Amino acid sequence: MSLTKAKMAEALFDELGLNKREAKGLVELFFEEIRGALENGQQVKLSGFGNFDLREKNSRPGRNPKTGEEILVSARRVVTFRPGQKLKARVETYAGSE
Amino acid sequence: MTKSELIEAIARQQAHLAHRDVELAVKCILEQMSQSLAGGERIEVRGFGSFSLHYRPPRMGRNPKTGEPVALAGKYVPHFKPGRELRERVDKRYQESLKNV
Repeated sequence: MSLTKAKMAEALFDELGLNKREAKGLVELFFEEIRGALENGQQVKLSGFGNFDLREKNSRPGRNPKTGEEILVSARRVVTFRPGQKLKARVETYAGSE
Repeated sequence: MTKSELIEAIARQQAHLAHRDVELAVKCILEQMSQSLAGGERIEVRGFGSFSLHYRPPRMGRNPKTGEPVALAGKYVPHFKPGRELRERVDKRYQESLKNV
């Protein structure tokens, strides 16, 4: 089982009394706004949860894992997530069976 | 962009909703995400990415002040893997900006 957009919308319906269409729209916008900010080169900081940072990577030599052929991995910008203290503390104690 | 800026941005596009409702909704979504991970449950959002837990095995650490060795228990840490749409959009804009220099 995993948390999905559908389940998040369900909780907005149950807990905040938003109608299903509004709830779905809000969840959609939540992720779209974060994507949009990152696309525009803006870091996203959600206190209590964590930060979505951007990193620029230089091009580097690599290999096609299937053919073994050498290729140049081009320079790119990637998104990284740094969990905040609060989230880290909540997750750390998970005694799971994974 | 901070949490309050995110709330503002969403509220601008959902003018029919009370600002307070948008604020509560954003907090509710983030709380669900935190709770999920705290319970060892993955989060999967197509086009955005997935969050899961990675295990860090027990190790010997050191007290940075006294230099004394301390045993650190194994723990879980949150991990995010960006989805294809997010990866592509973020990089596409970057490639364009490289060309225009």
